[in-house]
Amino acid sequence: MVLTRLIAKRLFGALVTLWFVTVLIFLAVECLPGDAAEALLGKDATPVAVENLRAELHLNDPPVERYVGWLGRVAVGDLGKSLTTNRPIAPMLATRLSNTLFLAATAAAIAVPLAIILGLVSALYRGTRLDRVISVLSLASISFPEFFVGYILLVVFALNLGWFPVLSGINPDMGLGEQLHRIVLPALTLVCLVLAYMMRMTRAAVINVLSNPYIEMAELKGCSRREIIVRHAFVNAVGPVANVVALSLAYLVVGVVVVEVVFTYPGLGQWMVDSVSKQDILVVQICGLIFGATYIGLNLTADIVAVLFNPKLRHPR
Amino acid sequence: METINAAQPILQVRDLRVQAGSQPILKGVSFDLYPGEVLGLIGESGAGKSTLGLAALGHMRGGCACVGGEVLFRGQDVFSLPPRQAGMLRGRRITYVAQSAAASFNPAYTLESQIAEPLRRGGGSSGPIARTIRNLFRRLGLPQPDIFGARYPHQVSGGQLQRAMTAMALAPEPDIVVFDEPTTALDVTTQLEVLAAIKQAIREEGSAALYISHDLAVVSQISDRIMVLRHGQMVEEGTTRELIDTPKQDYTRRLLNVSHAVVPAEVREDARDEVLSIRGLSARYGSVPVLDDVTLGVRRGTTLAVVGESGSGKSTLAKVVTGLVPAAGGTLTFAGKALRPTLKARDKDTLRRMQMIFQIPDTALNPRQTVGEIIGRPLSFYFGLPRAEVERRVADLLRDIELGPEFARRYPSELSGGQKQRVCIARALAADPDLIICDEVTSALDPLVAEGIIKLLRRLQEEKGVSYIFITHDLGTVKAIAHDIAVMRRGRVVDCGARDAVLSPPFHPYTELLFTSLPTTREGWLEEALAKRPDPDALDGTAPGASQEAGQANARTGHRRGADRPVASGMGG
Repeated sequence: MVLTRLIAKRLFGALVTLWFVTVLIFLAVECLPGDAAEALLGKDATPVAVENLRAELHLNDPPVERYVGWLGRVAVGDLGKSLTTNRPIAPMLATRLSNTLFLAATAAAIAVPLAIILGLVSALYRGTRLDRVISVLSLASISFPEFFVGYILLVVFALNLGWFPVLSGINPDMGLGEQLHRIVLPALTLVCLVLAYMMRMTRAAVINVLSNPYIEMAELKGCSRREIIVRHAFVNAVGPVANVVALSLAYLVVGVVVVEVVFTYPGLGQWMVDSVSKQDILVVQICGLIFGATYIGLNLTADIVAVLFNPKLRHPR
Repeated sequence: METINAAQPILQVRDLRVQAGSQPILKGVSFDLYPGEVLGLIGESGAGKSTLGLAALGHMRGGCACVGGEVLFRGQDVFSLPPRQAGMLRGRRITYVAQSAAASFNPAYTLESQIAEPLRRGGGSSGPIARTIRNLFRRLGLPQPDIFGARYPHQVSGGQLQRAMTAMALAPEPDIVVFDEPTTALDVTTQLEVLAAIKQAIREEGSAALYISHDLAVVSQISDRIMVLRHGQMVEEGTTRELIDTPKQDYTRRLLNVSHAVVPAEVREDARDEVLSIRGLSARYGSVPVLDDVTLGVRRGTTLAVVGESGSGKSTLAKVVTGLVPAAGGTLTFAGKALRPTLKARDKDTLRRMQMIFQIPDTALNPRQTVGEIIGRPLSFYFGLPRAEVERRVADLLRDIELGPEFARRYPSELSGGQKQRVCIARALAADPDLIICDEVTSALDPLVAEGIIKLLRRLQEEKGVSYIFITHDLGTVKAIAHDIAVMRRGRVVDCGARDAVLSPPFHPYTELLFTSLPTTREGWLEEALAKRPDPDALDGTAPGASQEAGQANARTGHRRGADRPVASGMGG
């Protein structure tokens, strides 16, 4: 009862945040210099032509009207047509989004378990050489900018060794195996980016839990170091770990623009950047909305996981 | 006793030396523990009691290292056991009961699964393990023993948790149980029940025990022998009766005298004028009532002691008086004027005239400020004194609290617990207040240090005429400081009046229960007190309008029903 009310409250909060995000996205796009009509017709266009196109695209309507209209259409799944290519947005979005999710999911499937295991190991061997090695390597991996890591991987594994393709573009005709083979390098780059945060948070959260008297009690009950870390400490560290995992996953979906560009991977981020430069505001808006929804959804999931792992909320008095 | 001495000692501690860095914690302690014997370890904080208790399990806290001597369990050195064998020793042959059961149970698992953990490692099957645990729950007087273990730690009360932890320690039928202050965190009436349950259980199991406490009275009720520790060294050792009746060392005598030789504060019938009047006060947290129709008065220049167990509303009373929690009803009159309900609505002079001293001096002092800055702040804040004048007053105040002027340049981290509390007192005095609210100010301190603080507070009252509200659950200090006493229970004042009237017959039944639950060193006190005690729930003649925890009420019923059983059989045997 307490639990369902709490989760309902979080869900409602997430919806309010999402609505706020739609307002922000709309305002941000409003602030872009110039508009689609100017961008489409180019520098040499006559003012009359620009004005006609503006009217056609409803760019002259009051902002509130345009916002409400846009929100209403998006809410019922009508994403409209791209202003620049005049093709429907929905199918393009589906392809781009599934590409991005495929890359993100692959990276996450490697990064999350690896980070948690490394975090537990360095908590278990805290202060030893192993702990320091893990710490230094993971710090080094986030200290290099992602394009640098990406290009290094490209040079070594694609150009010199020739194990993986230089271009990571995938299409639906390829089999899963070939798709995976093509995205190994971008996925690895992403793993390097997010691994350290999750690893260090797991380590810190577990070490924080280790200072509790019930950990000493477990030792005095004769538990081994491993039992203590895995059985007694990690369950109580799930809350903070879930949060940093959610943020990292969100980053995998949202923050991959540079990686997509380096590996010319046809994902959502690359598409959004293209569309900003072309003033294709409908595409920009929907991409922004999806990025926002991803963040909110993942954080909501982390909140709910933390709640579910809190025995006081799961088993009220 | 005869059989005990004939046997081989089960645990031998030989010249044990432990250091934390270069700081010695134990400076060569030796003792023997025989099968079935209960050895009490007594001493103030920093005496090394817990370090010694943990060393019996071959465990050193982080930063501590054994630098000499040995601990032999059945002739085997516990520090040199390979990990597997150490794992079988701990949790099976030697077990441990910690001070705070609430913090020592893992919040993520049920009680039974945690109690069963060492048993399962021993290869037991789940059926007999569950039966063993349920039998122990029954013997320790826990409610609904068949389903009690399915609960999570946060779902049961503090007294029940402490008994569950005793069950965890006894379940593997260990040779030795180390009890580390197992009743210190409990209310006095709950302490009595848990103490009796522990005594009964170790007697039935025939386990030997090390019983660690800072409270000599508690230790004397449960131990066959007592060892007094101070600064990591043994001061004195002897059978319980010898040590209590004919202590040889001066330090032991002082420990014994803390609870005996309190000279009660002088009766003050002259003081009639009330500095603070509380009339019909009520307060609530959300929809939960915590104070119900509280009417009290503090006479000028005297001390009103507010006593009660946890959840009685005594700390909330302090918060309402200081304006931290707004009252839901009733009036407060301070120095002749009505008090505004919230802190923000009160003017600076009203704030100045009412000061507060807290329980934990460590957290009440800013670690980055010197003592001089801490005490000087009220002087510049309330009186706007220039710097030279502030420094002069700080030196005066330091003299008042019996610390030298050189303390002004020190930081709180360089002070002992008692010195920190003195600084807190000086800070309160700096505002030249009419009333100081002392919230459990001696509870975190060792008995001898606490005694010094009480004496200081009394002297300052005589010199400066300041009034105190002295909130405490420690009934021992009440006699020493109070002129008037108010006894609170579940948000109501159940008994109040001049000290001698409250503390002499005819007693209010709850007051009597509280004071008879206060441990003494008299032989047989524990059994007598249990047999004589009135039924705590029968005292609820008036509806408990402000029971803070509705769930706790059930828990309490469970306690007591259970506690009756071991007593009955304990008295027979």
